[in-house]
Amino acid sequence: MPLFWLRVALSLYGVGLLYAVVSLWGGRPALTRIMLPAVGLGTVFHFVALLEYGMLGLAVEPSLLHQVESLLAFLLMAFFFVVYLRYKTASPGVAVFPMAFLLTVLASAPSSLVNSPSPGVSDRWIIIHVGLIMVGYSALFFSFFASILYLVQEKNLKAKVTAGGFWSRLPALATIDEIGYKCLVFGFPFMTLGLIAGAIVAEARFGSSFFLNEKILLSILMWAVYMVLLYTRWSAGWRGRRAAYLAAFAFAAAVLAWSVNNGWHRFIAP
Amino acid sequence: MNFQLIGVNHNSAPVELRERLAIPEARLPDAIRSLVQQPGVEEAMVLSTCNRVELLTSSSQGSDLRGFLRLYFGMGPDALHSHIYEFKQRDAVRHVFRVASSLDSMVVGEPQILGQVKEAYAIARGLGAVHSALDVLLSRAFAVAKRVRNETAIGSSSVSISSVAVQLAEKIFGSLKDTTVYMVGAGKMAELAARRLMASGVGAIFFSNRTHERALQLAEAFGGEAVPFDQLHETTDRADIVLTSTGATEFLFRRAHGERFLARRRNRPMFFIDISVPRNVDPEMSRLDGMFVYDIDDLQAVAAGNTAERKKEAERAERIIEVEVDRFTSRIKSLAVVPTILSLQEQCETIRQAELDRIRGKLGKLTPDQEAAIDAMTRGIVNKLLHTPITTLKSSAAEPEAATIHDIIRRIFNLNTNNSGKHNK
Repeated sequence: MPLFWLRVALSLYGVGLLYAVVSLWGGRPALTRIMLPAVGLGTVFHFVALLEYGMLGLAVEPSLLHQVESLLAFLLMAFFFVVYLRYKTASPGVAVFPMAFLLTVLASAPSSLVNSPSPGVSDRWIIIHVGLIMVGYSALFFSFFASILYLVQEKNLKAKVTAGGFWSRLPALATIDEIGYKCLVFGFPFMTLGLIAGAIVAEARFGSSFFLNEKILLSILMWAVYMVLLYTRWSAGWRGRRAAYLAAFAFAAAVLAWSVNNGWHRFIAP
Repeated sequence: MNFQLIGVNHNSAPVELRERLAIPEARLPDAIRSLVQQPGVEEAMVLSTCNRVELLTSSSQGSDLRGFLRLYFGMGPDALHSHIYEFKQRDAVRHVFRVASSLDSMVVGEPQILGQVKEAYAIARGLGAVHSALDVLLSRAFAVAKRVRNETAIGSSSVSISSVAVQLAEKIFGSLKDTTVYMVGAGKMAELAARRLMASGVGAIFFSNRTHERALQLAEAFGGEAVPFDQLHETTDRADIVLTSTGATEFLFRRAHGERFLARRRNRPMFFIDISVPRNVDPEMSRLDGMFVYDIDDLQAVAAGNTAERKKEAERAERIIEVEVDRFTSRIKSLAVVPTILSLQEQCETIRQAELDRIRGKLGKLTPDQEAAIDAMTRGIVNKLLHTPITTLKSSAAEPEAATIHDIIRRIFNLNTNNSGKHNK
């Protein structure tokens, strides 16, 4: 049944995907009016699916790769709605919808229920580790995308042309900047605590050798860039191009860390 | 029902004439009452703004609105003749839709006109001068205006220099509520832009001018603060928006100044609006991250682009309006056949009841089942007989021969022409 709800959510996210594609193509999508209710409903069904997985005792099994993808997609959608309600802009949708759709496609593949958990996945620390990291990833994704939008909007304003289509409906530069910055600030403690939780488990179980794992090193690198991003923003007010490059670097490290070991890693000794 | 509209607007009449025809709000009720008393007029509404004066009526056979205008304003026929436009029926509907949607405005897409039409409608409705056909027309006009605004970008861009400056500032800073503006120089256009920025709710405003007294005057007028001109570069970084309009023959602000300002502001963006000729701000400054510089040509180019964009959107809006006019006129025509259909049904029902009473007298007492069977049978016969005339009436309502068909059916069934609910005996 949870898989059924997830697929319902996926089909509703499809409306969001279409919206994103048409928007980026330069059109004013006819489905703008149904987009928000559709993806909103999709997010609700997604939540139901996660709840049901939870009741089945599967939802927070970090070893189940698809559950992690599903959780990340849900968090992205949840972030989208928080940003939408606060700033009344659906612009992040053009990046969030395709991303959430893709992750949900992967999560709703039939194999999602047959993955075997890693040894020791019931450990609560691992659950906390994954949950926190996913919130951090979502925030970083938002921040990265906001910095891209910032660059585009800045370029539009400097080019002194009246841009048409989607790009002319972007929020104000200051709003984009605020979204990016607040996402960074929000995500950082989650990312930090998530890494600490992971480190505690690894240290207790396998000792310090675990930290030589390339994924762990990448994660630490990502965290370091994340911290530099925040620091430069606090100290010198870095925004625009420089902040976008740093955010892109942190995001690339996150994606790389994610893709090594196919998106999750077993807590086994390297 | 006949819709009729007569009026003058910014295209048809010079301001001198519009001034003479304008009806102040306090006198509107009196004008509406006078209009409703005209022979043939059943409903009436008057719209009077600085750009237009229009009389809209609904009547059964049309009315002499030109005569009313001449009499009401005491003007000879020649004074008005060449400036007046008059629309009837479908054309009147289209005009009302266009006016409400701001397609007939001086600045196409400006939002005030819809509010003005709504206000005129509320006054006429309050007086009972709008209650039936005009009510339907105006309600539809508001819905069409909303549709045009939602489905086109007709009102989304600014077309004047000062509003473009505000629009750009909003694109950078979002709400201007907490922003600070610095006015350098005191040209007429700068004053206009400052007024527009103040109206958008900027937080604080500074003035600096070579003649400090002038800066003091402006600061007093706008509730801002005057800064001595020799302190200009030390204080500019306090502002988010800098508006320059001095007569300086060389740049007042160069790239190096921009770098200093950004460093002091911890890279918070700045927007320079340079409306002076020769320019006061070095365009090189806009190469800096977070520094936006627009000169008068840039602003004009954006305004021209927006005007072209509005024109394109107006064409889309005209297409929407044409569809809506078709829909509305079909609806009005189909509403016109409703009284005939009701009359027809009532006449047949009366005949059926009379025949049922007659047969009951002959057959004597019937069981409830027999009563029900006879009732159902007669009802079925009547419905089947009426089916074709009713569907013909409905389907032909929007066609040119509608009036002929309507007339034939009324004659065949001997329906009273002035009565919707009673048949001829």
